[in-house]
Amino acid sequence: MSEEIETDVLVIGAGGAGLRAAIAAAEAGCRVAVACKSLLGKAHTVMAEGGIAAALANVDAEDSWEIHFGDTMRGGAMINDWRMVELFSHEVIDRVVELEQWGGVFSRTAHGLISQRAFGAHSWRRLAHIGDRTGLELIRTCQDRLVHTDGVTVHMETTLTRLLEDRGRVAGACGYRRDSGELVLIRARSVVLATGGWGRMYRITSNSWEGTGDGAAMAYQLGAELKDMEFVQFHPTGMIWPPGARGILVTEAVRGEGGLLRNREGERFMERYDHIKKELSSRDVVARSIFKEVQAGRGSPHGGAFLDITHRGPQAIRRALPSMVDQFASLAGVDITKEPMEVAPTIHYTMGGVTVEAATGQTTVPGLFAAGEVAAGLHGANRLGGNSLGDILVFGRRAGEAAAAAARELARTPAPHRLQAEAEWRLLREPLERAHGENPFALHRELQEAMQSGAAIARTESSLRETLARVLELTERAQRMAVPGAPAYNPGLSTARDLRFMLTISEAIVRSGLERRESRGSQWRLDFPERDPELGRVNFAAHLAAGGEMGVRPVPIPPMPDDLALLTAGETRVAATDLADAADARQRVGRTGAGWGGR
Amino acid sequence: MTRTNGPPAPPSPAAADAEDQSLRIAYDDGVTDRTATLRVWRGDAAGGAFVDYEVPVQEGMVVLDAVHWIQAHRAADLACRWNCKAGKCGSCSAEVNGRPALLCTTRVDAVTRPQDRVVVVQPMQTFPIIRDLVTDVSWNYEVNRRIQPFTPAPGERAPFVIAEPDITRVEEYRRCIECFLCQDVCHVLREHRGQDRFFGPRQLVRIASLELHPKDTADRLAQLRAEAGVGLCNITKCCTEVCPEHIRITDNAIIPLKERLADREFDPIRSLWRRLRPVPMASSIPAADERVAAPARPPG
Repeated sequence: MSEEIETDVLVIGAGGAGLRAAIAAAEAGCRVAVACKSLLGKAHTVMAEGGIAAALANVDAEDSWEIHFGDTMRGGAMINDWRMVELFSHEVIDRVVELEQWGGVFSRTAHGLISQRAFGAHSWRRLAHIGDRTGLELIRTCQDRLVHTDGVTVHMETTLTRLLEDRGRVAGACGYRRDSGELVLIRARSVVLATGGWGRMYRITSNSWEGTGDGAAMAYQLGAELKDMEFVQFHPTGMIWPPGARGILVTEAVRGEGGLLRNREGERFMERYDHIKKELSSRDVVARSIFKEVQAGRGSPHGGAFLDITHRGPQAIRRALPSMVDQFASLAGVDITKEPMEVAPTIHYTMGGVTVEAATGQTTVPGLFAAGEVAAGLHGANRLGGNSLGDILVFGRRAGEAAAAAARELARTPAPHRLQAEAEWRLLREPLERAHGENPFALHRELQEAMQSGAAIARTESSLRETLARVLELTERAQRMAVPGAPAYNPGLSTARDLRFMLTISEAIVRSGLERRESRGSQWRLDFPERDPELGRVNFAAHLAAGGEMGVRPVPIPPMPDDLALLTAGETRVAATDLADAADARQRVGRTGAGWGGR
Repeated sequence: MTRTNGPPAPPSPAAADAEDQSLRIAYDDGVTDRTATLRVWRGDAAGGAFVDYEVPVQEGMVVLDAVHWIQAHRAADLACRWNCKAGKCGSCSAEVNGRPALLCTTRVDAVTRPQDRVVVVQPMQTFPIIRDLVTDVSWNYEVNRRIQPFTPAPGERAPFVIAEPDITRVEEYRRCIECFLCQDVCHVLREHRGQDRFFGPRQLVRIASLELHPKDTADRLAQLRAEAGVGLCNITKCCTEVCPEHIRITDNAIIPLKERLADREFDPIRSLWRRLRPVPMASSIPAADERVAAPARPPG
């Protein structure tokens, strides 16, 4: 009993990258099926609050794509895919303008242009935003565009758990409908993975239940390569109290709007760690600084730091940070216009992912494309705030177009052998058949504890080895999970499958972290506290080796052309944090986004 | 080049000291000696009943935390839709003690009945039940597709010049997280089952966000009067009361739309002008050929 669907392009995931890819593929004339685990418009993109970084130069006329390029490369500790960064810093300008053309609304400057705010490690005020709800605006705008585009079918609450293959090429995917538990198989000529990241294997996380790394794990199983997996971003400011709210994101826009970090003694400690950029240093630096303050006994009562924005006054705070005001009022009973917030680092984003070709999002598997957080390369060892919303639009569109072109090359839709799907369906249902066994929620909790204690913000050889042993032990125990009930909307059953994805991804994080014997970006090795120039020339890539083992190998980074290398020289400057209600840089309406071709 | 992780590399000199440094921060889990009884509706379209679960209360715990505790410790198959757990995605909509609410922002302490320490949790009553706390909200998405999307004037290209006050007005509507609590509480949909003649507060907010966008040129007033049924709203403001985003749905979205319509349709001078020189008024949206039937009344 299963349902079979046929389409040209299958897009897995309906966050910003998936929506933008689906729009692009449909506009190119393809039939597109979008499958997403949740309802439309609920994806993690809504959690992106601060804005979308693009060198529109509406507020600071000095800004340019070249400076954005340099900031992003330096922020990523120079191991980014420079070609991706180049395409990105050009095209993100067009993508912001496109959102406006599609009805998206942004806060304005005094001259009625899109306003831009300061953010960590961006040299100029660069983030187009609407209050602190920019991700919601992006997803709603793309969602409405999508549902009014011909040729698109959206399969909501449909979880796809295995990519299918036909003669060395991706041929679709299979999984189940969440509401009915019904099994489903989607045949497709090409597939775009837009499944986002993986924060759920950590205990302190800003990720929803969806962040389990399905896409990366599925691609890995099909033979694709996973790059930079050791790099997991800790957002410096997550909520820490009460316990139920722990990990929930506190937007970087608080610091962009002038918020100050203080320790228990009232000291503005970021002056000690980065005396130039201070609170607006890159996320890896700020997160580590808070961690060090807590370790030194100068933390706030619940093990974090104080983040204070009260000096901006209630009116400005409510205007610029409305959802933060609500969030602290309802969850913590704290009025952020009157008192400081208590914050600590929380798992937020994953820089690593599926290795892709810069211009198309093509993975190492023919017909399989990836875009957004699931793809590696753009952000290197550390992502700058504001670069994820641009990422999903720029590379979502490119992957959608490339997937459409790949689909058109095929004379007919591949017919993957059903045995692949049947094996997956057995795996999905199997926990229901066991009366006794491991509880998936308990195993998940154990995994979270293991990853949080040994593979989180600070790592050592021994902590990583210990974590690897735990992950492998849990992988073994996960063969014997038992879940009560029936297939329809059964969270225990979906957690059981998600856990397998998380275990694969956790193993890749830990194994890659072991290989990178240095500290770079978000990877902080206490036993190797410095950067190693040799390791700055490689990315580590995990792949399914013969015999089913996971292998990790170094992949050399191609040398950067001189003109681009020049752009990365020097230091990132500090943008002004006063609101963009200062006079506009100049009127540049005609210029934005026009006429800047890529390389 | 391929290798699985081999033997450990010799640690650097700093390592020995560093190893001793704790990698972990001990977190206070806010354990209390209080418990609460979650009375959760469980079942499906065929029927169901309330089941009691005794849950240990953590400091600051929200109802969604309690549901997760039940899933992990008592009933792995308890169905509940959720995502961000931060009040930003609008997935975990349900009814707590009979009141529409997001489970992720409703604190257990605030809703525990003092006399028996019970919290009643049930699915939204306006939508067909799928299982336990999960309802079928697909009707809302179907209605949204019938609303003409943003339509700038032909040839009008972004970047636009728009004054901040125009954005501020629209921004209120754009805050909507589509939790559909307003649809749940609306008596036209809930009591009168008016799904075939009324779009509901959420979609009226959506129409307002388009109609008041300074660059939009489409005309949705004919649809508003007929298919969307804006006249059916009699301004009880229940929707505004339950909106987690504090959108003043009735005052700032529905009433202005009613006024626009009244201006257009019932102004005597305009009406006379129309009779003398009829102007096509119908918007370009094709009429919905298929209306969604009212859902069967869910149990509970």
